[in-house]
Amino acid sequence: MKRKLLFELSQEGRRGYKFPASDVPSCEKLPQHLQRQTSPILPELSELDVVRHYSALASLSFGVDLGAYPLGSCTMKYNPKLHNYVAALEGFANIHPLQDEKSVQGALEVIYKTTESLSAITGMAWGTLQPLAGAHGEYVGLKIIRAYHTSRGEDHRNKVIVPISAHGTNPASASMVGYSIVEVATNAKGLVDIEALKELLDDDIAAIMLTNPNTLGLFEEDIAEIATLVHGCGALLYYDGANLNAVLGISRPGDMGFDVVHLNLHKTFATPHGGGGPGSGPVLVKEALRPYLPTPDVVLTEEGYCWDWDRELSIGKVSGFWGNFLVYLKAYAYILTMGREGLKEASIHALLNANYMLSRLRGHFNVPYQERCMHEFVISVHDFKERYGVSALDFAKALQDYGYHPPTVYFPLIVSEALMFEPTESESKETLDGLIEALIELGELAKTDGDRLKEAPLTRPIKRIDEARAAKNPILRWKPKE
Amino acid sequence: MSNIPSNLKYTKEHEWVRLEGDLAYVGITDYAQDTLGEIVYVELPPVGESYAAEEEIANVESVKAASAIYNPISGTVAEVNEELDGSPDLINEDSYANHLYILKEFYLDDYELLLDGEAYGEYLKTLE
Amino acid sequence: MTPYIPHTAHEREQMLKAIGVASIEELFSSIPKELHLKGELPIAAGLSEEEVFQHLKELANLNQRKVSFLGMGSYERIIPAAVQSIASLPAFVTAYTPYQGEISQGLLQAIFEYQSMICNLTSLDVANASLYDGHTAASEAAIIMLASKRKSTTILVSETLHPFTLEVLKTWAFGTETIIKIIPEKERTFSTDDIEEYLTGEVAGLIVQSPNRYGFIEDYTGLAEKVHANNALLTISSDPLSLVFQKSQGEWGGDIAIGDTQPLGLVSAFGGPSCGYIAVSEALMRKIPGRVVGETVDRDGERAFVLTLQAREQHIKRGRATSNICSNQALAALTTAIYIALVGEAGMVEVANQSYDKAHYLANKLQTIEGVELNNSAPFWCEFPLTFTSPEVLEKALKALSKAGIFGGVRLYPLTHREEDKATMVVAVTEKRTIKELNLYYETVKGVVA
Repeated sequence: MKRKLLFELSQEGRRGYKFPASDVPSCEKLPQHLQRQTSPILPELSELDVVRHYSALASLSFGVDLGAYPLGSCTMKYNPKLHNYVAALEGFANIHPLQDEKSVQGALEVIYKTTESLSAITGMAWGTLQPLAGAHGEYVGLKIIRAYHTSRGEDHRNKVIVPISAHGTNPASASMVGYSIVEVATNAKGLVDIEALKELLDDDIAAIMLTNPNTLGLFEEDIAEIATLVHGCGALLYYDGANLNAVLGISRPGDMGFDVVHLNLHKTFATPHGGGGPGSGPVLVKEALRPYLPTPDVVLTEEGYCWDWDRELSIGKVSGFWGNFLVYLKAYAYILTMGREGLKEASIHALLNANYMLSRLRGHFNVPYQERCMHEFVISVHDFKERYGVSALDFAKALQDYGYHPPTVYFPLIVSEALMFEPTESESKETLDGLIEALIELGELAKTDGDRLKEAPLTRPIKRIDEARAAKNPILRWKPKE
Repeated sequence: MSNIPSNLKYTKEHEWVRLEGDLAYVGITDYAQDTLGEIVYVELPPVGESYAAEEEIANVESVKAASAIYNPISGTVAEVNEELDGSPDLINEDSYANHLYILKEFYLDDYELLLDGEAYGEYLKTLE
Repeated sequence: MTPYIPHTAHEREQMLKAIGVASIEELFSSIPKELHLKGELPIAAGLSEEEVFQHLKELANLNQRKVSFLGMGSYERIIPAAVQSIASLPAFVTAYTPYQGEISQGLLQAIFEYQSMICNLTSLDVANASLYDGHTAASEAAIIMLASKRKSTTILVSETLHPFTLEVLKTWAFGTETIIKIIPEKERTFSTDDIEEYLTGEVAGLIVQSPNRYGFIEDYTGLAEKVHANNALLTISSDPLSLVFQKSQGEWGGDIAIGDTQPLGLVSAFGGPSCGYIAVSEALMRKIPGRVVGETVDRDGERAFVLTLQAREQHIKRGRATSNICSNQALAALTTAIYIALVGEAGMVEVANQSYDKAHYLANKLQTIEGVELNNSAPFWCEFPLTFTSPEVLEKALKALSKAGIFGGVRLYPLTHREEDKATMVVAVTEKRTIKELNLYYETVKGVVA
């Protein structure tokens, strides 16, 4: 089913919105050479055209509101509707970032209290809400680490250790900050190999970047020892908060020994993913690193909340204004709603759901690592690929025919033909049962009728997409037919 | 098991070098093309430019990943493989027959330091 | 009951049994005892939805709203009701990045349409699916420029860029080998006269902004030629709404266009979320960062859309990425596209013209007041700097305006820290302002200054 583009629906002269007429005299415009020369071709549509078009596009999309979305490492939990209401309040939606402090005390309180809550939840001292996404938060966290070492005359530290199972943005962020990467191996249990780590620790190491539980969904049991070793050589520990949903209220990165933490509010704290943003990637730090946090900070004085720009050691500004305010506002609403006991319940049920799925799938699929998992798990369909030619991608596409969003595929890289599932605590037992049964059925089908998977999706309006063609001959915009 | 011709020299960055008189042919290994998947675009250096060893000189892109190519030996670009322009997937077909670029005035010393087939093979084993 | 968690006690029991453990605690057994949090998280207990809403409403009410003449990167404009309605559709809001193309065709097509709109507005060839904001977009542009010229280290930037863009660039460059060199402004605008002096071998490119941070429209005649003669690239940052009005980046011969789409359908939101845009010439296509949607076909030959050129996000040698940007601001980009679709070029031109006329109406009146200056006769669009005889008079004016229910302007000094800015503020006038408000503004200032 082909849906026309806005440009293809355009009708010359059609208008979609009436602005109030101008009540001031019209005056002479810009000199000719500064004016726009040729008209930008933009669609001309009525309001109904636009509403119908996007409504149709929405029906060709998929969100958590429509079905289970068990993408590993993405924490696709339910986005509470309350948050949309709150974000639409005039006093939040329509305030200008550069208004006088006294006129935005409510907004400053949101920043202050959110920072305070996130610090308490992670066991850290304070933080910043300025980073605009998880990867941005990583970058900021590493910049802080760099500033810390530089200010102590230890700028020779130019390497960051990353496990080979790490997410692609970890090494990318590190190299953006000028660090080179050293990879540390994982052992047979899927955890950081301590002996291998010891070999790598010297005084050129600035930090180690870890997520705990790791990208395989396993808790790094030796984290205390890792922390001691890393601190012992003068380096710092960085926590990638992508998997925080596994340990809320159970264990805190600050207590594990981490010095810098970044969070993904659009994962753990239920803010909507929005099709790929806007998210928010706050960074929390231990007391020793507080001076390096981005400027400005928010402080509470006798006169109320104030911006604090006077921060000599700060790494500076990292985004245009104060971060994605409406996003962390939603996270704050979530924290207020769940509270200390609710956040713990979220992690408990996230683990319950993941382990339930794993235990029922174990007999049917290859599970590369141990008995139990945390909030997510990985299965490998390597043997399906070898024996029947059905790959992880095929399983993912076929799952769409059952009304579920596929899991993450081909990540982590160290597992061949990986499928990574993170059901989150939002899904009920019967939803999980449906997903489990669908997977088991697909496993059987792969053996007898592999084409059903290899040619999937069969029931969606658009069938298997030719991705290679898009990369070989990129068509990245609409062009009028000549 | 990846193909590792014994008459070539290799780098840990998965490039190969073949000498033909006073020219050096450079390409990527079978392991590299297999890991990348279907190659969709190759960015090659300008002819006439000189590059040091280990300097980033080219880019190979597949659907899923991009790989920077690090010049294995210092030299000046004499020619680039123009066939790759319309058919970058020639590299997937045969990554040894389809070179990326050719160097002249290269440092033989750099060439001597490269891995031979056996050493590269051993290295690949450590990556598994 | 815990909100948003559906499990009953009975279900928990069944699931624990299936897993083969006796209690929930066993699920956490891989965490060493010493690392288990003792007691509860040191935050408050959870509240009901109603209580949370009332509390946050109180906080919202502490934030004051007045008639706004505040700009400097965030503008209060008229947003059609349909924009919010459409942008709130759950399938868009609660979706993740559309990696699985078949199930996300709607979202992918919407982003493709957005990309096309940005290309047309900027008169360039390739746009991506958005960046975090217009300020961080500058560092992405710098990365492209540096990657395009061998052995280059320096990025030239005009002093007339938004102060926060300059700050973000400084932070980004710190600790790397990149040098950010600021070209001083001339009477609050950028002059191409002496640019050749700056264009040396290590310069990868130049970033300029128009309208600039004071609101002036800059004249880039001959600039692209000079920059290209040095084998460098030109990046121009522009308010996207201004592009229907002033010469677009592509028309100036620019190679990279960046900016922030907040003025196109997004609320001010205390500064975020916003949406950065970037568009480049064809030659730079493979260097564009972040996500890009491309057109292709499916197995049956039907037109389909998919995330492509993803090579940017993942490398075999993953430490070699020069940009780590992984996500975009999809929903914000979508909101911008919806706005453009609703108002069209005609609507955007109308808004741009109205903003221009209203700003000039106010500026002309204000200039009749003795002691109130505009600093320059350079052309401006809908924002202009206003300088008073002293910082005290500026404060008096702002105070009086505030009392009259108006946020008069953004003080320049706290943002630039320059002595010459101490008595200056920047005033923005959008189509949302009425003649009554403009007259009140003028009368109030006149009452204070005269």
